[in-house]
Amino acid sequence: MGSVASYFGRLGGKEQKKEEERLFRANDRPFNLSYHYADNAIKTSKYNLFTFLPLNLFEQFRRLANAYFLFLMALQVIPQISSLSWFTTAVPLILVLSITAVKDASDDINRHKSDKQVNNRMVKVLIDGELRNEKWLNVQVGDIIKLENNQFVTADLLLLTSSEPLNLVYVETAELDGETNLKVKQALTVTGDMGDSIDALAGFKGEVRCEPPNNRLDKFKGTLTLDGQTYSLDNDKVLLRGCTLRNTEWCFGVVIFGGPDTKLMQNSGKTTFKRTSIDHLMNVLVLCIFGLLASMCAVLAIGNGIWEVREGSVFTVFLPLEQGVNAALSSFLSFWSYVIVLNTLVPISLYVSVEIIRLGNSFFIDWDRKMYYPKNDTPAQARTTTLNEELGQIKYIFSDKTGTLTQNIMTFNRCSINGKAYGELFDFSGQRVEITEKTARVDFSWNQLADPKFTFHDHSLLETVREGNPEAQAFFRLLALCHTVMPEEKKEGELYYQAQSPDEGALVTAARNFGFVFRSRTPETITAMEMGRTVTYELLAVLDFNNVRKRMSVIVRNPEGKLTLYCKGADTIIFERLHPSCNKLKEATIGHLNEYAGDGLRTLALAYKPLDESYMDKWRQRHHEASTAMEGREERLDELYEEIEKDLLLLGATAVEDKLQDGVPQTIEQLAKADIKIWVLTGDKQETAENIGYSCNMLREEMKEIFVVAANTTEGVKEELQNARRKMCPEAAEEPSVKKARAGLFWLQKTETVQDEKVDGDYGLVINGHSLAFALEKNLQLELLRTACMCQTVICCRVTPLQKAQVVQLVKKYKQAVTLAIGDGANDVSMIKAAHIGVGISGQEGMQAVLSSDYSFAQFRYLQRLLLVHGRWSYLRMCKFLQYFFYKNFTFTFVHFWYAFFCGFSAQTVYDEWFITLYNMVYTALPVLGMSIFDQDVNDRWSFQYPQLYTPGQLNQYFSKKAFVLCMMHSCYSSLILFFIPWAAMHDTVRDDGKDLADYQSFALLAQTCLLIVMNIQLCLDTYYWTAVNQFFVWGSLAAYFAITLTMYSNGMFLIFTSSFPFIGTARNSLNQPNVWLTIFLTSLLCILPVVASRFLFIQLRPTINDKVRQKVRKEALPAPAPRRPPARRISTRRSGYAFSHAQGYGDLVTSRRFLLKLRSRPPLFTQTDSPLAQNEPQLYRTIAEDPEESQSP
Amino acid sequence: MLANAANNETCSTNIGNSSSRLCNQKMVKEEQELANRPDNTAFTQQRLPAWQPMLSAGIVIPGFVLIGLAFIGIGVALFVTSRSIQVLELDYTGLEQNSPCFKCTYPNVSNCVCDLDFSIDSLFKGTVFFYYGLSNYFQNFRKYGVSKDDVQLSGDLTNFKSPSDTCSPYVYDRNNQPIVPCGSIANSMFNDTFQLFQKINGTKTLVPFDGKGIAWWTDYNIKYRNPSVTPLKNAFNSTVKPIFWSKPAYELDTSDPANNGFINQNFLVWMRRAALPNFRKLYGRIDEGVYAQGLPAGSYSLAITYNYPVLSFGGRKKVVFSNVSWMGGKNEFLGIAYLVIGSLCVLMSIVMLIVYAKFKFPEED
Repeated sequence: MGSVASYFGRLGGKEQKKEEERLFRANDRPFNLSYHYADNAIKTSKYNLFTFLPLNLFEQFRRLANAYFLFLMALQVIPQISSLSWFTTAVPLILVLSITAVKDASDDINRHKSDKQVNNRMVKVLIDGELRNEKWLNVQVGDIIKLENNQFVTADLLLLTSSEPLNLVYVETAELDGETNLKVKQALTVTGDMGDSIDALAGFKGEVRCEPPNNRLDKFKGTLTLDGQTYSLDNDKVLLRGCTLRNTEWCFGVVIFGGPDTKLMQNSGKTTFKRTSIDHLMNVLVLCIFGLLASMCAVLAIGNGIWEVREGSVFTVFLPLEQGVNAALSSFLSFWSYVIVLNTLVPISLYVSVEIIRLGNSFFIDWDRKMYYPKNDTPAQARTTTLNEELGQIKYIFSDKTGTLTQNIMTFNRCSINGKAYGELFDFSGQRVEITEKTARVDFSWNQLADPKFTFHDHSLLETVREGNPEAQAFFRLLALCHTVMPEEKKEGELYYQAQSPDEGALVTAARNFGFVFRSRTPETITAMEMGRTVTYELLAVLDFNNVRKRMSVIVRNPEGKLTLYCKGADTIIFERLHPSCNKLKEATIGHLNEYAGDGLRTLALAYKPLDESYMDKWRQRHHEASTAMEGREERLDELYEEIEKDLLLLGATAVEDKLQDGVPQTIEQLAKADIKIWVLTGDKQETAENIGYSCNMLREEMKEIFVVAANTTEGVKEELQNARRKMCPEAAEEPSVKKARAGLFWLQKTETVQDEKVDGDYGLVINGHSLAFALEKNLQLELLRTACMCQTVICCRVTPLQKAQVVQLVKKYKQAVTLAIGDGANDVSMIKAAHIGVGISGQEGMQAVLSSDYSFAQFRYLQRLLLVHGRWSYLRMCKFLQYFFYKNFTFTFVHFWYAFFCGFSAQTVYDEWFITLYNMVYTALPVLGMSIFDQDVNDRWSFQYPQLYTPGQLNQYFSKKAFVLCMMHSCYSSLILFFIPWAAMHDTVRDDGKDLADYQSFALLAQTCLLIVMNIQLCLDTYYWTAVNQFFVWGSLAAYFAITLTMYSNGMFLIFTSSFPFIGTARNSLNQPNVWLTIFLTSLLCILPVVASRFLFIQLRPTINDKVRQKVRKEALPAPAPRRPPARRISTRRSGYAFSHAQGYGDLVTSRRFLLKLRSRPPLFTQTDSPLAQNEPQLYRTIAEDPEESQSP
Repeated sequence: MLANAANNETCSTNIGNSSSRLCNQKMVKEEQELANRPDNTAFTQQRLPAWQPMLSAGIVIPGFVLIGLAFIGIGVALFVTSRSIQVLELDYTGLEQNSPCFKCTYPNVSNCVCDLDFSIDSLFKGTVFFYYGLSNYFQNFRKYGVSKDDVQLSGDLTNFKSPSDTCSPYVYDRNNQPIVPCGSIANSMFNDTFQLFQKINGTKTLVPFDGKGIAWWTDYNIKYRNPSVTPLKNAFNSTVKPIFWSKPAYELDTSDPANNGFINQNFLVWMRRAALPNFRKLYGRIDEGVYAQGLPAGSYSLAITYNYPVLSFGGRKKVVFSNVSWMGGKNEFLGIAYLVIGSLCVLMSIVMLIVYAKFKFPEED
């Protein structure tokens, strides 16, 4: 579609050559314009006022069905062939075309509006030596523009100068890649020296050569030539459109790429059309129908040939042959005549009706209050309206973790101090009390600096601290000192923390609320407010985190001069380094840690050690030497750290909850019951991912085994995968059983399906990113898929966005199953686009995921409603619709086929032409739409009660080729009845006054009335859910039929349009005859009764899950929803043996003078601390440094 | 609703006057913020009240029994009625040598009249309808069927001058004179005529056919009109009669202007084309004088003017005497069909009962 538009666009506009290199000069519009670079206007709309009609019609006629009907209309113009008046196809076609055109037009108007809105944003542009406000669309390549804080970046810019020291700017790239952390860009010093001097900038005559427009967000190559000097440019010096400027007063940049050439637009250009499996099936079926049509016409054409030879040639007295027409020609013409008569086999209104139904079901999703999230005021949204029924067929769900399963909020939940556990509430009988919104919170109002958003429920902890318990105080002192958090105090008492990881922030905030407020730091000192008293510690060393150490220590000297090492880290690591005197305490703490781990909390052990001044001096000396050593610096430092961090004294342990979104475990349980497999694909560390797996019930203690694949070579990965598989299913063959088949149009598409293998018991699989990279290689793909599909749960960690998409594609390709990907961040975009259905969680990270998704809502738990209720209903409705629709049209058409044998194969229609015209568009349109929009087998609550109801969809049971064939046979039967019963009943019959009744017109009326009544009864039989609207549609349609028929057959119509309504009087003359009604009655029942009988017998003999549940619904009231009980404490042997969810910390940075200097120079460091969520949620931290490994590396 | 409730709960935990005012403000604010909240109507939430019928044994089995019994009842009534209708069919194609009309089948015979003798054993009760029947005659052939001009037949004089193309191939004659009425259907109008005589002691008494009131009221009064030209003949100036016709349309019944031209009832009956290749058409009613109560038993002779050729295409011609009942003419099919289907329904209900008793809907999950 787009290609056509762009083709025309190109015809109208300038011819574009493939750009090989971009060359432009700053402040030199004439020079730049000579290259015809795209300006900054964007155009996503397809039509304008004049091109709309031709382009839209052209597009519509590219659809097979529409083109076919155009062809039919052409046939109807030929008098020798035309067996029907032109209006029989023209009216439906025009109706269909105009409905689609109206929809396209309104879509395009919206696009125009949004284009206009974006194009008309204002920005300051440097023109003729002064800054002028200009609309975005007027910005040209080579223009210098000024951006201010919190402004969107107008185009892809080369950064020239900025208000910040070192020419830095901070940008948020959420719209581009979804990462909410600020990124730093730095201008060249040579340009940065210009500052904000307009004169200097106006005189800037740099010449830039760079790569042509492309869609790589992370790469840029180019050079800047200034005064004969050439400087190289890279991605660090480029601001991309879609970013937002943060914490930077102003900056200047020169436009490199504008509008359509920007990396943002280059990335959003290729939207792939997703089509549902029903769509594919429908295409195949339509093709089959064409085949059927051709063969039927061929049979009738041959019949016509034979008839012409045997009967027609001798009947010429009364029916002279036309000149030059012989049997062969007549047979040929009759073929085309029958193509016209039988055209209703290929239903023109099918596609329109399907679209309407999908649209209706999409609206129901939009309207669903149970998927509306009041906290953000976010309703669910069906962004794509054409995929609904696919939601009822999902077999695999690929989910992101952070922000999707979890809220990305860490809360300090429990702690164990000196062998005593805090944080839980017990009632008088010693039973654990579940903490809810209503539970009274600890009042921190005594503490001026407390974070109001922090909540804690166990009062005893605060009492302990305030009583002056030394261990408790030491515990929080440690939390206040031992970290790398940056404080920010814009106003006195308004503290904000910038933490490297949410965990760390949670801990420091906890200390803050319990009276140990971390207030500021310099490279050498940390200032804290301890129980209202300001204390400044001298910071001697920071022994930072890394993957191996899994701990962090600080060495501080307090005002009294006492030296202490504070250490926090993974429990196993800390416990190895404890002083033997702590053994008893260790046992108690281990007990608590096990509890925490069992509850899925992230734990840390805390310890300290008083240090000796003299020892410390020596150690510092050695440390200095080691850190300046040229060789083996790392090892030497590690040794030193190892040496000092021993004989620690245990303080206790903390437990931080990585807060799951509401209802995640229940949702996952429900989805599992519906036989949907959930794979978690996350960029997080293995431990984090595993832990979340446990807390949301995907990994369970009772699982037989959880395999961890973490090898670093192809061989290793292969072996681990094979071992896992052999363990799960020893008898399985080494080679996967692959079923090869062909599908698609003309069976051109080859498919390979890896068969499911039966496994006893539940297993889990955890695979890390490195191993996944190997496993996704061609030779291991199938091994991975086999093993993974045997497991109940699959968790892939440290996965790049590309790998996410690869995993989805792998499953899509070899499982032929419908997949859904759900995520919230830009790193999920690729997977969302790759899966059959992409779901975006709105309102957390950037909008990128939502923008590329097909459905979006605010909470993961809505997924179960989307699938189990809306998806299931949509699928059910669509299948019912298709089945009924094909039945209705086949039956309609087959009657013509039978009649052919009685009318000399002359392409005489059975029905009145007007009936043919109106049958699909008027008489049967609304009832079937009513069914396919409102029908539900059981209501939503029962759907939740029996998630098993979902499985028929996964197995394609409601509508398939088999169902289609059955439906055809059913039509065949019905049409036989519909033709031969009236035939036999009317044969030689007369009216009760002896006048004619066996005439063609009466017969037509009888046949069409029978047909319509049968169709309506059949619809009633198919409908499960009879609303007033359905009733209205059905009775209304019948009434409309009789009303319209009587009107069209009335005297008045004949007198006005004599030649168009020759059926005058037919209705009056035949519908007052009892035998006509007896025939209608007989025909209808004969069509319906066998259906009723067979359905009844099937329900008795082979009831489907549907029948069973429906039966239950009739008999029983819905069981009350199970009371929410506090989650049973798991007896866990495993502990979250990890420290933080981050790797290398930035302890170096903290102590680096330069970094802090810069900080001091600009007091309000990060003004953008809180995301919109922070107002409602406790303790949200923005990560300011993300894992390097998480970035995309293909 | 939900959010408000939650809001109230959080508010109620904050004790104190000042906070409650805050709380109210917050609620108002919240109220405004929920601009995107979907409407809570039965329609949007898909909770429309609905009736959810099921094919349960309690409905289906008794239903089948009832329908079966009703069918059998209707069937019996139909069957009995149909039985009581008297029908006499006489083939006069003349294909067989012993047929009285055999002589008329020779080629080059014109104005041939043949007498068909028959006798009736018992009184033919009520008004007796006299039909002629044709078989293997494709009035339902598409090109035959469209070959007429409704506008012309409704008396529009412009279409007398230039008939519609649909009448092809009988639009104009060789001299390019328009044919009125044009088209194949009109051209091929059945032109055998019949006279029925009752033979009493060797003398023949004419049994009059009432040839009026045999067409549909709508055809006679609305659909077909003569042009309002008097005399009617003038309307047909510079037109020719259909090629096969012996006399022009305005002479179809010179005795009665209300049965002449396009509203001649025999013409109307012919123009109402049959749905199937074997058909019969009403020729006249016997409802006058002594025959008003029916045709008495006795011998009859039907004098047939044999004009219409059917042998060339293997067609047959017949005449039918029949009386009618409330359900129209004789038609055994409907009665038998009702009886058969009714019995099948009852039988089916027994089968279903057995299946239901034996296999019953499994109750377990």
